[in-house]
Amino acid sequence: MSILTVRDVSVRYGAISAVRGVSLSVEEGELVALIGVNGAGKTTTLSTIAGALRPFQGTITFQEEQIQGRSPEYITRKGIALVPEGRDILSSLSVAENLRLGAFVRNSRIEFQKDMEEMIGLFPILGERLHQAGGTLSGGEQQQLAIARALMSHPRLLMLDEPSLGLAPVLVDQIFQLIGRLRQRGVTILLVEQNVERTLDIVDRAYLLHTGEIEAQGTPEHIRSFVDVEGVYLGDHGRRGQQQ
Amino acid sequence: MITLDFIINALSLGSTYALLALGMVIVYGILNLVNFAYGELIMITGYSLFVLALTPVLPWIVMAVLAVGVAVLTSYLTERVAFRPVRESSPTAMLITSFAVSALLQNAALLIISPRARGVPLPQAFSTSVAVLGQDIPIRNILAIVTSVALLLLLVLLLRKTVLGIALRAASDNFRMTRLLGVPANLVISAAFAISGLLAGVVALFWVGRTASVTPTIGSAPLLVAFVATVIGGMRSLAGAVLGGYIYGIVFSLIGVLLPPAMMEFREAFMFVVVILILVFRPEGLIRSAYSSKRVG
Repeated sequence: MSILTVRDVSVRYGAISAVRGVSLSVEEGELVALIGVNGAGKTTTLSTIAGALRPFQGTITFQEEQIQGRSPEYITRKGIALVPEGRDILSSLSVAENLRLGAFVRNSRIEFQKDMEEMIGLFPILGERLHQAGGTLSGGEQQQLAIARALMSHPRLLMLDEPSLGLAPVLVDQIFQLIGRLRQRGVTILLVEQNVERTLDIVDRAYLLHTGEIEAQGTPEHIRSFVDVEGVYLGDHGRRGQQQ
Repeated sequence: MITLDFIINALSLGSTYALLALGMVIVYGILNLVNFAYGELIMITGYSLFVLALTPVLPWIVMAVLAVGVAVLTSYLTERVAFRPVRESSPTAMLITSFAVSALLQNAALLIISPRARGVPLPQAFSTSVAVLGQDIPIRNILAIVTSVALLLLLVLLLRKTVLGIALRAASDNFRMTRLLGVPANLVISAAFAISGLLAGVVALFWVGRTASVTPTIGSAPLLVAFVATVIGGMRSLAGAVLGGYIYGIVFSLIGVLLPPAMMEFREAFMFVVVILILVFRPEGLIRSAYSSKRVG
């Protein structure tokens, strides 16, 4: 059964339509990707699911409850965690404080300590930087902190927005390996990426967004063949894309 | 001449200004709102003391605690009633709302109480001095320093050691992200206004303590002080607000002793020259918000 169902959602910035009639679903334990070039509406879609934007129309159902238009804090409490594009590390807070706030929706101090240790096991570099201000970490370290912070809330659905953006190739490898590991642990993930080739290698299903609309959806093989046949340009990291 | 009396006096002024500035910045950092009704919290505290003293049965310290409580409550209620409904609107709407709240509270005081100054009760300690190293030091000044430092330490503890405090700092760093972590917007904003009210209330005890009276417009001067101190220190930094407050207080005191008596009426003009000079060299204030620039790579 779907944990998340987005049905016919449209989002506008004033008179400009950023997303038009988008429908998608994510099953429990699945790793699903939203791919497309810059400006396709990927980030807008994630932000709308997370409650940071209000949809103009359509419904978003999470665990059988309609959540469209609810506040971000309500949606986070329901079990959706967003790792936003650009990471949005709370730069003046220490790594430990960032993680503490990640666990804000859970109140147990004992569980927090246990989860901290688990995160340090998963991201050893964070253990070495616990008392350092988040803003002083490198890009790769910040990305790890952003993901660890989201995991601290024990989300039922983890949404990652361009986790490899701006990272050195070796760090991109690490991030994709990490997403693979999270998936093996049973974390349900909705991933937005421009690195289409790498993304299609690891996901169960994908949606291809173009100018605010879903253009194709299905297994990675289906998306690959669609991209090949249609000659869709998917950016610098796109697979065999042809510039329009 | 720099004497012990001067140092205590400058530090006392700086301490109260630091609290004032902090109360303004704690709200500004989260809402980007320069709350022009902030000065009215000083007035409300003063009038609360005046009203409580009409039936003089309570010890002064109890009246002071109650009056500060009224400031906290008023600050919380202005957020709940006036600012929250317009929070999603433009920053200009918030700013105009703050002017409206200020005008409303001032006029309420004019209508309900009086345009004329009203006396407020002060404890005996406020009008006595102690001899330290052969100099008479007003106890009021020592109390202002001790109270301010104690309150600042308490605030540091709150902001560093409690989840609410961490959430408050996070909200002034990146409010959107803080909400995405599940922190309710209403909780942090209400807490910020309550703390702002607490700081204004405590400062009010010393502010009205100078003249032992309160008028409907008593809030204008502290509002200006708070605003200028935060501009000096950096509008987005809590530490900057404290630093700005101390600098304002100390420089203002220094100008007071350095200027010849004939020029004393231009004391504030000289103060603002110093402020302008600071802003020429540090337009963003002395302390920028920590690590505001993003690293990539």
